[in-house]
Amino acid sequence: MTTLPPPTPRRLGLVIDLDTCVGCQGCVTNCKEWNTGGHMGPLTDLDPYGPKVDGVWFNRVHSFEINPGAEGDPETARTVHFPRSCLHCAQPDCVTVCPTGASYKRAEDGIVLIDQERCIGCKLCSWACPYGAREYDPDAGTMKKCTLCVDRIYNETLPEAERQPACVLTCPSRARHFGDLGDPDSAVSRLVAERGGQALLAELGYGPVNVYLPPRRKGPPPDGPRELTPAGPADDPLAWLDRPVPR
Amino acid sequence: MAPNPSGAPEARVETSRPVGDRVEHTTCYMCACRCGIRVHLKDGRVRYIQGNPDHPVNKGVLCGKGSAGIMQHYSPARLSRPLRRVGPRGSGEFEEISWDEALETATGWLRPLRESDPRKLAFFTGRDQSQALTGWWASQFGTPNYAAHGGFCSVNMAAAGLYSIGGSFWEFGEPDWHHTRYFLMFGVAEDHDSNPIKMGIDQLKKRGARFVSVNPAKTGYSAVADEWIGIRPGTDGRFVMSLIHELLKAGKVDVDYLVRYTNAHHLVWQGGDAEDGLIARDAEGRPLAWDAGKNAPVPADAVGITPLLKGRFEIKGRPVVPAFQLMAERYLDPEHAPEVAGPVCGLRPQVIRRIAAELAEAAFEHPVTLPVAWTDAAGRRHQGMVGRPVAMHAMRGISSHSNGFHTCRAIHLLQMLLGSVDTPGGFRYKPPFPKPIPPPVKPTGAKGPGQPLGGPPLGFVTDPADLLVDDDGNPQRLDKAYSWEHPLASHGLMHMVIHNAWAGDPYPIDTLFLFMANMGWNSSMNSAGVIDMLTDTDPETGAYRIPRIIYSDAYYSEMVAYADLILPDTTYLERHDCISLLDRPICDAEAAADAIRHPVVAPDRDVRNFQGVLLDLGARLGLPGMTNPDGSPTYPGGYADYLVNHQRSPGIGPLAGWRGADGQSHGKGDPNPDQLEAYKANGGFWRLEIPEDGRYFKFANQSYLDWAAELGLLGKAAPITLEIYSEILQKFRNAARGLGSVEVPEAHRARVETYFDPLPIWYPPFEEAALEASQPGRFPLHALTQRPMHMYHSWGSQNAWLRQITNHNRLYINRATAAARGIADDDWVWVESHHGRIKCQVRLIDGVNPETVWTWNAIGKRAGAWNLKPDAPEATKGFLLNHLISELLPPRDGAPRYANSDPVTGQAAWFDLKVEVSKADPAEAPLTEPRFPPLAVPPSVTGPRPEVSRFGAEFQPQEGEAP
Repeated sequence: MTTLPPPTPRRLGLVIDLDTCVGCQGCVTNCKEWNTGGHMGPLTDLDPYGPKVDGVWFNRVHSFEINPGAEGDPETARTVHFPRSCLHCAQPDCVTVCPTGASYKRAEDGIVLIDQERCIGCKLCSWACPYGAREYDPDAGTMKKCTLCVDRIYNETLPEAERQPACVLTCPSRARHFGDLGDPDSAVSRLVAERGGQALLAELGYGPVNVYLPPRRKGPPPDGPRELTPAGPADDPLAWLDRPVPR
Repeated sequence: MAPNPSGAPEARVETSRPVGDRVEHTTCYMCACRCGIRVHLKDGRVRYIQGNPDHPVNKGVLCGKGSAGIMQHYSPARLSRPLRRVGPRGSGEFEEISWDEALETATGWLRPLRESDPRKLAFFTGRDQSQALTGWWASQFGTPNYAAHGGFCSVNMAAAGLYSIGGSFWEFGEPDWHHTRYFLMFGVAEDHDSNPIKMGIDQLKKRGARFVSVNPAKTGYSAVADEWIGIRPGTDGRFVMSLIHELLKAGKVDVDYLVRYTNAHHLVWQGGDAEDGLIARDAEGRPLAWDAGKNAPVPADAVGITPLLKGRFEIKGRPVVPAFQLMAERYLDPEHAPEVAGPVCGLRPQVIRRIAAELAEAAFEHPVTLPVAWTDAAGRRHQGMVGRPVAMHAMRGISSHSNGFHTCRAIHLLQMLLGSVDTPGGFRYKPPFPKPIPPPVKPTGAKGPGQPLGGPPLGFVTDPADLLVDDDGNPQRLDKAYSWEHPLASHGLMHMVIHNAWAGDPYPIDTLFLFMANMGWNSSMNSAGVIDMLTDTDPETGAYRIPRIIYSDAYYSEMVAYADLILPDTTYLERHDCISLLDRPICDAEAAADAIRHPVVAPDRDVRNFQGVLLDLGARLGLPGMTNPDGSPTYPGGYADYLVNHQRSPGIGPLAGWRGADGQSHGKGDPNPDQLEAYKANGGFWRLEIPEDGRYFKFANQSYLDWAAELGLLGKAAPITLEIYSEILQKFRNAARGLGSVEVPEAHRARVETYFDPLPIWYPPFEEAALEASQPGRFPLHALTQRPMHMYHSWGSQNAWLRQITNHNRLYINRATAAARGIADDDWVWVESHHGRIKCQVRLIDGVNPETVWTWNAIGKRAGAWNLKPDAPEATKGFLLNHLISELLPPRDGAPRYANSDPVTGQAAWFDLKVEVSKADPAEAPLTEPRFPPLAVPPSVTGPRPEVSRFGAEFQPQEGEAP
């Protein structure tokens, strides 16, 4: 079994805004194209042009519906676009269950990675992860997962503004944010505070670093106007126009 | 515990590997959005595509489609050589031929047509981004039978906008994302103008602006809107007119804006004579208004007058009324009250009342003032720009109905009444708009053997005399555009071309030449019927009724199998292109802009850029403009040569940037041999900002008008008067009433009179109205398609990444609607329309209008097409609604059947479809219907399909590579 580093002061991760994610899949395919040639690539696809098509993805967006109101009531139904990737937990059981030391959490920034040379593909880690974030590559016989674009965020060959995960840079509705959630003054920490960000399944105790921002309130504004007042009598509704309009 | 059992240190991670060895800037073509991209290459292979952070369209972001471009570029469905059909049409049996043979074959077919009757070539292009070239080519060939896909996409939006405010929704304008307080969006397909809208939604949310989405389905944008209004399809016009009713009653109308910038105060003749409904004018042709001070008619464009918007007056004994009065009378009618309109729209009346109140509050209680002084076209100086921060946007859900033209006009009327068009916080034009209403280009018809057209094939009619009809009023064009059936068909009617060519109505043709239009499948109504038309033969001769079909596509789409000669196109990373101001530019509200594509990788197949092939064909045919006097080609360097050296008029070419021999001119200037290099050096695009005092009120802003005229975007720096009342429509109505010099054929009179109303009207969509009359209640549900944000029409299914996200579609149905029919989740159902029936599988949801079912567009594929395995889910569980949609309206008492289209513009009425849904026998096979035999895949399709794709493995560090 594999040990964890002491709690990391830097906790790099993502803040994902469920109020603005429109489910476009931009982060999904941009992640795929970056990472298939990146640190933990390739992100293999099986039967890519056939009926059993299936592949390795580090980031997926699930679109589904919940309805806190009555079944069949369109107005209370809520369509959710839910991006899902590794949350780089503070207490990742996926690491501690690893029998070979392939899975590890980096002391310097908290990113959870898998050493492909040491992974034996036993899948214990995918059983341990409550978020389904691990992706087995049957072609390589190894487990793979989100690297938080570790090969971008420190990449000195990239302009500084682009040293961010691919999913964050590409997101058209700017629903994804990257930063140090261990620093209470970072932009992402402030965003979490402002918007009441929530940990996913916090009660399980894994200490996920990534945070989700909940959707804002929907529907008519509670203090908004309800209807207009007629400006003229019923028999002369345009009475309000009995005035010159200089041009 | 040790760090790991072996005690070895953590794996070393290389964090600073260069992405590739080369970076090129070009333009995406994974949809029509035209975002700027940076393509990273390594050893000549595409390593990574990212959004270009400097690009005006996408500012660095890239969507799900654009980010999957690598798999499109390396698709095994790519065609690789010219093909000649050897088996029957639809068999997929082809032989490979050389380019020389292919081009000589095409020339041999086309030359006799040009010499005898150029109309016998019908040249229609699909989601073409080079219409400035393809239209010009058709014109030089001499055939009026040309259009791109606008007739089945957006012509209702284009025409309604251009005939009302001189600009349109879709990508030609944008909400003022930075200042609007209230954004009202109608029926937008989520793959349209997609990144700018997504980026805009982020802007709205950051500022706390309100976003209301009117759409029968709660997906994508509607899901994140502050409020979703699940309207019944085809009733948006009724909803908007009811909003207008409420605003008029409350006096919440910007009358100052109306008299300055619109024709609201223009006087309209009444009295039933030949001028009935036309604008009263003085001897110089200036429109007249009634001045309150003088109590007399005065030129309506004069400054310092006090025009009346209300009342009835007389000029020389003849009655006139202000256009506003006519408009107000119509919408104040109790018919438009929320309690009457609400049930039609499937909305509670109080929702309509509240939205009207919210619009009025945003517009009139919270005006936006920008501290920018400006001068209007009448010479008045304004110290600031004051705007009504209500912005609207609308697209496919409005466009695809047979009442879409008037509905879109109603939305523009609403924006005009609120005084928000091109004001801070409102809908904004992108250059080259606004244009004169309508743009001063008329469509032209055939001139005869060997002759080019006298102008472009497409344009804007302003008078019945402009129609392309013969002396008996019959259509001159194959698609019947600009005929009495569809007088304002500014984009043609691509959806009628195959039907009309097959039927020989109005005349037979010889060669159908298509580019990038999957007409043998998802781009046609009645797909199975179209396949029959493409393969139908004359029983006497055995010859195909459509004698010859030439098709150009980059991929093995369904249409390929039905063509006789295939000209294989390149992928978007292998080609030159221009995103031109002459065509569909990438301007934004604050700048003019255009862009290029250029080959960032060389083709590895024997394929050629279609536009270069077209120029080559033109030279072989000796077409004017493409051939020098000595017979040599004018553009021997192909499309790139044309992009740089072609001049449409002196100094104006496809690209506006870096013109002139020294590359210092913009807009107008001589060709610059280094122009493409200048684009590449600037990230693939050119952008020139409008002066700061010219960015709003563009229709009447002298600074803007001068700038646009200088750049060549406008013919002259004259103001443009927005039209709440359309005199042009009234001219057609008068003709139908027999008031004028042009006679309307009897069969079309009532239709033209009804639908050429100078003010927006609402009527039930045609299919619904006809079926409710003949078979009431038989087809109670609306059926429509939506676009997944990660797919663009049929293209995505060949993409190994995108098809993992969606490779089959379901019919989405409201849970209560399904329960009433005994249908459970995952059930297989039959869906029946007046035209046909299909079988598919349902998914029950709540977030949809209960009278509506919908599915994703173009996911269903013909087995074998796109080089997918024949048992791919796209072919076994994917389906098209197209089989249920007739290209013709239901028959009427023996009279000729009109196209299933808007009666004003000819826009294809895809979303008028009405159906019933019933549970299929569970014993039936779980396969979608109808089913077609698999298409054979020609040998020269790039394939073979890999069983495992390890794309990206080649970019991993090699043994011994330096980190």
